Amino acid sequence: MNALIQRFTGAAESGESLPLQALAILKQVALPVLGIAAFLLLWGLLAKQVDTSLGSFPGPASVAEQVKNLYQEHVAERAKADAFYERQEKRNADRVAKDPNYVPKVRAYTGKETFLDQIGTSLVTVMSGFLLAASFAIPLGIAVGLSKPLNEAINPIIQIFKPVSPLAWLPLVTMVVSALYVSDDPFFAKSFVNSVITVMLCCIWPMVINTSIGVSSVNSDWVNVGKVLRLSPLKNIQKIVLPASIPAIFTGMRMSLGIAWMVLIAAEMLAQNPGLGKFIWDEFQNGSSSSLSRIMTAVLVIGVIGFLLDRGMLMIQRWVSWDKSQAAR
Amino acid sequence: MLSLRKLIVAAACTLAVSATADELGYPEKEELTFGFIKLTDMAPIAVAYENGYFEDEGLYVTIEAQANWKVLLDGVVTGRLDGAHMLAGQPIAATIGYGTKANIITPFSMDLNGNGITVSNDVWEKMKKHIPKQADGKPVHPIKADALKPVVEEIHAAGKPFNMGMVFPVSTHNYELRYWLAAGGLHPGYYAPHKGDTSGQLDADVLLSVTPPPQMPSTLEAGTISGYCVGEPWNQQAVFKGIGVPVVTDYEIWKNNPEKVFGITEEFAEKYPNTTIRLVRAMIRAAKWLDENDNANRPAAVKILSQSNYVGADYDVIANSMTGTFEYEKGDKRSVPDFNVFFRYNATFPYYSDAIWYLTQMRRWGQISEDKPDSWYKDIAAKVYRPDLYQKAAESLIEEKLVSASEFPDFATEDGFRPPQTHFIDNIVYDGKAPNAYINKFAIGLKKGDKL
Repeated sequence: MNALIQRFTGAAESGESLPLQALAILKQVALPVLGIAAFLLLWGLLAKQVDTSLGSFPGPASVAEQVKNLYQEHVAERAKADAFYERQEKRNADRVAKDPNYVPKVRAYTGKETFLDQIGTSLVTVMSGFLLAASFAIPLGIAVGLSKPLNEAINPIIQIFKPVSPLAWLPLVTMVVSALYVSDDPFFAKSFVNSVITVMLCCIWPMVINTSIGVSSVNSDWVNVGKVLRLSPLKNIQKIVLPASIPAIFTGMRMSLGIAWMVLIAAEMLAQNPGLGKFIWDEFQNGSSSSLSRIMTAVLVIGVIGFLLDRGMLMIQRWVSWDKSQAAR
Repeated sequence: MLSLRKLIVAAACTLAVSATADELGYPEKEELTFGFIKLTDMAPIAVAYENGYFEDEGLYVTIEAQANWKVLLDGVVTGRLDGAHMLAGQPIAATIGYGTKANIITPFSMDLNGNGITVSNDVWEKMKKHIPKQADGKPVHPIKADALKPVVEEIHAAGKPFNMGMVFPVSTHNYELRYWLAAGGLHPGYYAPHKGDTSGQLDADVLLSVTPPPQMPSTLEAGTISGYCVGEPWNQQAVFKGIGVPVVTDYEIWKNNPEKVFGITEEFAEKYPNTTIRLVRAMIRAAKWLDENDNANRPAAVKILSQSNYVGADYDVIANSMTGTFEYEKGDKRSVPDFNVFFRYNATFPYYSDAIWYLTQMRRWGQISEDKPDSWYKDIAAKVYRPDLYQKAAESLIEEKLVSASEFPDFATEDGFRPPQTHFIDNIVYDGKAPNAYINKFAIGLKKGDKL
């Protein structure tokens, strides 16, 4: 029990003297900055050496320029969208004047998705797939972790499907979705459903495995306490199993989210579903002189977002985690 | 007197009523999605959007790039797309059931010419020896496949195959590349769909395979193919990247050949008649804008096309062919004012004879495995090409004085056949009214009575 508490609280709160702390902060800030600076320098130098048929490989400067361009394009597109709505309003008003029975309808802007829109689309897609997967995987993981027979029954299936790249599923998912998901005015676009399901398929396994491991390795003393108190099975899960296995569940979730983000980009590229993956593919197809630097920009953005997603999960974990509630008490 | 006045008023009233009844109604479907492939000849769609012609018709159009021609066709068939920029052969092949079977019609032809054949630098070096030179040392155009023949023979002697890329089995590019090769004595291979062979490589000297247009330059660079036939800007891209040399344009293979069409399903046209007429109206206006005042608007069009959501290649690359020039070997830039024709020479009118030419080539290369009577060719053409829809759109534009009647064929007398066409690279004359006689004129290719 003590060991557990120590594991959760970590060594951060062991009081250190002030100069030592300053040194630690310096280390925490200066070293990463140094690393990044060295990387930028190396990147800038090496990029110039690589000549492709679309010009030399983009260095940091051309990426910075594209960041600016992409943002300006976004602003310009928004202005176009505003003009579009204005024209539409006028056209609708004219038609109502001529044809009083007409019920005007406001249609969404038909222009292109900007880079920022694509980021938004990808984020929404990955979170939807991830949450959908979590809603299946965590209950399943708990059930598998609590019941040995169930574990033995399901384990071979998990072991077989776990190593399958979700991209291998993509053609099947596409065909099944277009066969089953038929409606005249679908609430979700088919491409979105395809991406979400593909993401879900890759998210499920790490979460199931980690949850079940977390659940099955709950400290036996605590399980015994539950038995002594004669907790109902549900109460047992709520009061003992879940709080104790939160770290393991979150480890699984963080792994899943990381994989989901990687897979989503590939799936978008392959299936031409809107999002960052499609942005990269489109730029590759365009083959213009700025294509490579735009792709490089997207690569960095994908990396940064992946990092932020992971940090976000970590923050949520700290927030819901059992050790913090322990501390609050 | 009073009764006469009443009569006049009554007559005026009926006239007014009938006039409004004839007037084109509001579109039944307003939100549309159109597909396209990243090629400069999608310009009428982009221009109709950017210049607000679609909106003028009350149409809210979303324009989506598609990965390849198969995906695009499936999109139209399944209804994911309402219409698309298509290869002229696609609606025809779909109607006769070669590949995907579907009733696709074309009320609007998008352009003439616009393709080229590019070979790798390596092949070009070897070809050059066999091409006669002009006084200034530049090669004499048009370059015929006769110059390629010894190169292919040399490669065959070394025991290697000679591969070239085209964009789709029923694409203009496939037929143009085949036409050019066969005119130079190189056999491009037969199809035998009745035996399940759709590779199109039977008896072939040159093995043709499918590559999506935007990937042509990178596939050539990777060495998978030694040359290709594709639309712009992918030939000029090869020049810019320094990976290949365009040797001939389709303008030289067949002057003013029909190229892309706008395809919709027959069901769509029946379900949404006003929408159909209106979208044709918008595109006629766009096509006119593209060719107006001797291509004066082309630079503006190139600017639109170079946006990343349309063609997305560099301005200079697209401008090379769109503004009336074409760069062959690096530095050998020649004037080809009609390289892309969007409106002149009745480019947008869907002629039956254009459809029949594609059918003759499908028969020539075995995609149609059995003999068909001349009447069959006409019937299929009339099923796919719909000048009636075009005429309605054009007449309503003429009435609104947005275009003048002189810019169109004389609808009263037009029978849908262009007069017999000369100007082929091998000087064979094409008459759309006698398709079987035309097929028999070729040295290489299936003739009447032939079956594989």
